[in-house]
Amino acid sequence: MSAALSVDGLEKAFGGVRAVDGVTFDVASGELVALIGPNGAGKSTCFNLINGQLAPDAGRVTLGGEDVTGRPARALARLGVGRTFQVAATFASMTVRENVALALASHAGAATSLLAAGLARFDAAADALLDRVGARELAGRHGATLAYGDVKRVEIALALANAPRLLLMDEPTAGMAPRERGTLMQVAADLARRDAIAVLFTEHDMDVVFGHADRVIVLDRGRIIAQGSPDAIRADPRVREAYLGTDSAG
Amino acid sequence: MIRTFLAALLAAATALGAPAVSAQPIKLGELNSYKVFTAFLEPYKKGMELALAEENKAGGALGRQLEIVSRDDGGTPGDAVRVAEELVSRERVTMLMGTFPSNVGLAVADLANRRKIPFLAAEPLTDKIVWENGNEWTFRLRASTYMQTAMLVPEAAKLGKKRWVIVYPNYEYGQAATATFKQQMIARQSGGLEFIEIATPLGKIDAGPVTQAIADAKPDAIFSSLFGADLARFVREGNLRGVFKDRPVFNLLGGEPEYLDPLKDEAPTGWWVTGYPWYGIDTPAHKRFRDAYQAAFNDYPRLGSIVGYSTVKAAAAAIRKAGSTDPAKIAAALKGLQVDTPFGRIAFRAIDHQSTMGAYVGKVAVRDGKGVMVDWRYADGKDYLPPDDVVRKLRPAK
Amino acid sequence: MTAGAFAVQLLNGLASASSLFLVAAGLTLIFGVTRVVNFAHGSLYMLGAYVAWSVAEALSATPGASGLGFAAAVLGAVLAAAVVGSLVEVLILKRLYAAPELLQLTATFAIVLIVRDVALAIWGAEDLLGRRVPGLDGSIPLGTRSLPEYDAFLIVAGPLVLVALTLLVRRTRFGVQVRAAAENRTIVAALGVDQAKLYTAVFALGAALAGLAGALQLPREPANLAMDLSIIADAFVVTVVGGLGSIPGAFVAALVIGLTKALCIALGSVDVAGVEIAFPKLTLVAEFVVMAIVLAVRPHGFFGTPASLPPSTPLAEQRTLVVAPGRRELAIGAGLVAAFVALPLLSDEYSRVLATDILIATLFAASLRFLMGPAGLTSFGHAAYFGVGAYAAALAAKQGLPMLASMAVAPVAALAAAIVFGWFCVRLSGVYLAMLTLAFAQITWSVVFQWDAVTGGSNGIVGVWPTGTLADATHFSWFTLGVVSIALLALARIAMSPFGQALRGARDSPLRAEAIGIDVRARQWAAFALAGAFAGLAGGLFAFSKGSISPETLAIPRSVDALVMVLLGGLNATFGPVLGAAVFTWGQDLLARATDYWRAALGVAILVIVLVVPNGIGGMWAALRARRGSA
Repeated sequence: MSAALSVDGLEKAFGGVRAVDGVTFDVASGELVALIGPNGAGKSTCFNLINGQLAPDAGRVTLGGEDVTGRPARALARLGVGRTFQVAATFASMTVRENVALALASHAGAATSLLAAGLARFDAAADALLDRVGARELAGRHGATLAYGDVKRVEIALALANAPRLLLMDEPTAGMAPRERGTLMQVAADLARRDAIAVLFTEHDMDVVFGHADRVIVLDRGRIIAQGSPDAIRADPRVREAYLGTDSAG
Repeated sequence: MIRTFLAALLAAATALGAPAVSAQPIKLGELNSYKVFTAFLEPYKKGMELALAEENKAGGALGRQLEIVSRDDGGTPGDAVRVAEELVSRERVTMLMGTFPSNVGLAVADLANRRKIPFLAAEPLTDKIVWENGNEWTFRLRASTYMQTAMLVPEAAKLGKKRWVIVYPNYEYGQAATATFKQQMIARQSGGLEFIEIATPLGKIDAGPVTQAIADAKPDAIFSSLFGADLARFVREGNLRGVFKDRPVFNLLGGEPEYLDPLKDEAPTGWWVTGYPWYGIDTPAHKRFRDAYQAAFNDYPRLGSIVGYSTVKAAAAAIRKAGSTDPAKIAAALKGLQVDTPFGRIAFRAIDHQSTMGAYVGKVAVRDGKGVMVDWRYADGKDYLPPDDVVRKLRPAK
Repeated sequence: MTAGAFAVQLLNGLASASSLFLVAAGLTLIFGVTRVVNFAHGSLYMLGAYVAWSVAEALSATPGASGLGFAAAVLGAVLAAAVVGSLVEVLILKRLYAAPELLQLTATFAIVLIVRDVALAIWGAEDLLGRRVPGLDGSIPLGTRSLPEYDAFLIVAGPLVLVALTLLVRRTRFGVQVRAAAENRTIVAALGVDQAKLYTAVFALGAALAGLAGALQLPREPANLAMDLSIIADAFVVTVVGGLGSIPGAFVAALVIGLTKALCIALGSVDVAGVEIAFPKLTLVAEFVVMAIVLAVRPHGFFGTPASLPPSTPLAEQRTLVVAPGRRELAIGAGLVAAFVALPLLSDEYSRVLATDILIATLFAASLRFLMGPAGLTSFGHAAYFGVGAYAAALAAKQGLPMLASMAVAPVAALAAAIVFGWFCVRLSGVYLAMLTLAFAQITWSVVFQWDAVTGGSNGIVGVWPTGTLADATHFSWFTLGVVSIALLALARIAMSPFGQALRGARDSPLRAEAIGIDVRARQWAAFALAGAFAGLAGGLFAFSKGSISPETLAIPRSVDALVMVLLGGLNATFGPVLGAAVFTWGQDLLARATDYWRAALGVAILVIVLVVPNGIGGMWAALRARRGSA
């Protein structure tokens, strides 16, 4: 059986700098994997190579065995990739329900109709999805008026609308109050495990990483320097050195 | 809410409604592009006012005073048609007159035809307004592009020059002037003629490169239909490059005070132009006009003044001749109507509704730091029109 | 052509490029720091020319002072432009820095209208030719040819200003602040710079450059009232081609454009494979063609980067909730239709003419609002599609097609044009997108203007009247009402359809839209095409309602009219386009009759709207209703 996400020998250079240098790893269905590393380690580049925002110089990205290297984000969405962004991206001029209904309609291939009457037929499904992320009470609220923590929850609902096989979360708890962070990650983790969704996320908050990841991959200067269970990573001297080294240099 | 809205709507509809039509004076509907061609049209308006005052002092027409209802047409056919509709349907004017650019003139002419109301086109120079697009209801006062070009041709042909550069603003007026000039030169001068054409964007001439290109073409002579800011730039840049040295230059409209005066002492000496030497015309008709104008406005007349003045005179004469304010009768009266203008007596030809008003042809000189026309002659419009059988072919029978 | 002639033409081109650069430098400087696209820059340039003329004339009357004339005139122009520029900044733009750039732009356009009438009142209508500059009034012989000394002076002046500005920006404390502001506004605040003062200073400097350019142009071109708009389009093109905010970029772009134009004139008419191409005629569009090519290849111009263009501030209305029209709106709409049907019976003929104009303007505005609202794309060249529709209908009618068939051709032709132009346009965003739409509109305009054989050139097409039962004016007005009502309903329906919602999603967050599988660019392209088709339908109606059309149907002022109507009506209000079109058309009709200075009055009215009711009348109404509802 092939992994949900498989990354093989990814390389990307900017000018002379090798931002990502031969990165290889897998993520299995239902597994939560954290991608961490000091600033400038290549996390973001790596993430953008996987989510289609950048094209790699070399290497492959496969989804359930299908080569998707360099495909644009919207194509990945159709292949079952859900995403959340470092700065949560939702539709500010719509209600929360409309936000989710639009995502559902897009997934159903029904968002191109010119003359159909709105998105109302996706309302029930949208409410159900909001229920799953614990945001049912927000359904009628206007996107632009939500508190940031609520926006984050809505965003997870949007990311799940295409029933993804793989969920990519870029700094999912950035900008949130510490107390909210655990709750949000717990919601994501529960959904992922129940629906066997593979999750890959980057994160700065080590409490979140060690509290929720099944496995941690550590990048430094474009290469994987360690990977393993949270406990193993916590104890790994190379990891400490990478982080401390940067700290002392910075 | 809905009710208040509808009430407001009704109120608006009523406000859109017309004021009661007052029957007393005879209303002449006038529209022009006052904000676009201001340099020409301010004197034009003064000319109109002068003529109106004179006519009303002399008792108006049909025992009624004349009133001009004047509108700005914005210089665009779309707005002009709307303004004309307003004059016709709300102000209930007896006839329409005015307009400056050709496209506006043609659009209003077509509307006049549809609404069956006489239209006296004052300024538009386009040949089409009386020929290809001519109609029963439209008459034109000024000497057309064709006529004014034809007025310059005799002098140009006399020179026997072979290689001509033609510079023109790239729109209908310039194109028509160029075509007429070429056609008439070929007709008069047998063989060997060569024309090099340079079309420049209207109002945006790149005068340096253009004059340089003319110099490099080494023509024997130059024919230009530039005017306004384009002409000023052309003259200055050409002088700096010695383009006009030892080369005869002909410039349509170049002697009109509107275009000549801004050039001051740089007015291009020796150029042949059509225009209006107001300082030199001492016919009784013109002297009387000039004195009255200067007394009224403390300013000298421009060509626009003549056009505005003569337009109102012609309108008043037409109404008197018709003996009625009935549109059809006025249109009929305009056919063959004779009017006395500062340029002398003119007639609106029955065959094509073109007036025989002429223009002055002469050479540019500088006197007291100002450009003037010298050695000029009055070219009577009737002598510079094609023969009747040609006109009939040009003007489709309705 | 000989090499010598060619070389001299290039020198001519350099002189033109220099004066172009001088205007564009100020524009790009102001944009770089304040992010304001200043339409009124051309007006400051025009003021510079007029003031320079006045100073030079005044001094020439003073014996002994005439030698100083030129220098004093230039200085006077620079100071006057700087003062006026600062006033504009302090009194108007200062209040709009946080506002969406569309409102800023509209405000500066209002200033154009006002300045032009002020100049008319002060200097009159006649062109004012400046004196030649003593000492620079001869020519330098170059073999058998010659170069005017003043051109040589300009060729040097452009690079000198470039060097001076570069030194100013690189070497002075002021320059540090300018650069910091251009790169990151928050840093400026952190550095303890008084941002308000910095902006005013930059605006004054940019305006001074415009004044300088105007004064230096005076010996080459008489001061005249058309200078403002004729230079601003060129200056925009130079700024955009060079990369917004980049002064060296503006210099390079001015060179490319100046030389291209000189080259076109130098080439003359050339026979290419049996087809005669008159290159001089291309000068009218040369800069727009250059711009279209450059932006297609380098979307941010020569020296621009995506980073130099900050994310645009959405109009407040682009973040408000859009509610589908309900029963109340239907009732109002029905009321409007009923009132219109009854109008010919209640009132005089002219009301009907005016109301027909308003209806057509409504559809035109609604089509632009569809683009600006749901799609979030601002077009400065929407008249192109209106005009293409009008011309297509008129040409079809002239070919003998029945009226209804000709009408049907209008939206199809406009759709085709919008599909082609839209493909390029949706590749860009923000100001660049708006500028490219303007470029395409100008190119279309010049094709129509110059293609005499087909379009009738400047005269346009005359005699396009409705036929059959529609020849009756009242019937035609009802027909227009029917077509416009159906089109507006269709637009409203599309705006609330899944397609419309996806479009709105793409506008709110392109990133999110792509992440849920929406092809943002394809959607925007489709929206562009649709908006074009509806504008074309309005154009077709326009042609038949006026009986004649000419190139002004697709000129810049008509595009601006549409923008103003949209802003007036508000982006979200259900009846925004009707309100905007009615107030604008009716207001202009009244103003034009009430005052000679109706342009200035219109300008003041626009300023009031932008400063006081930025959500338009429709938005204001909605806000009032909401307040009453909550009270």
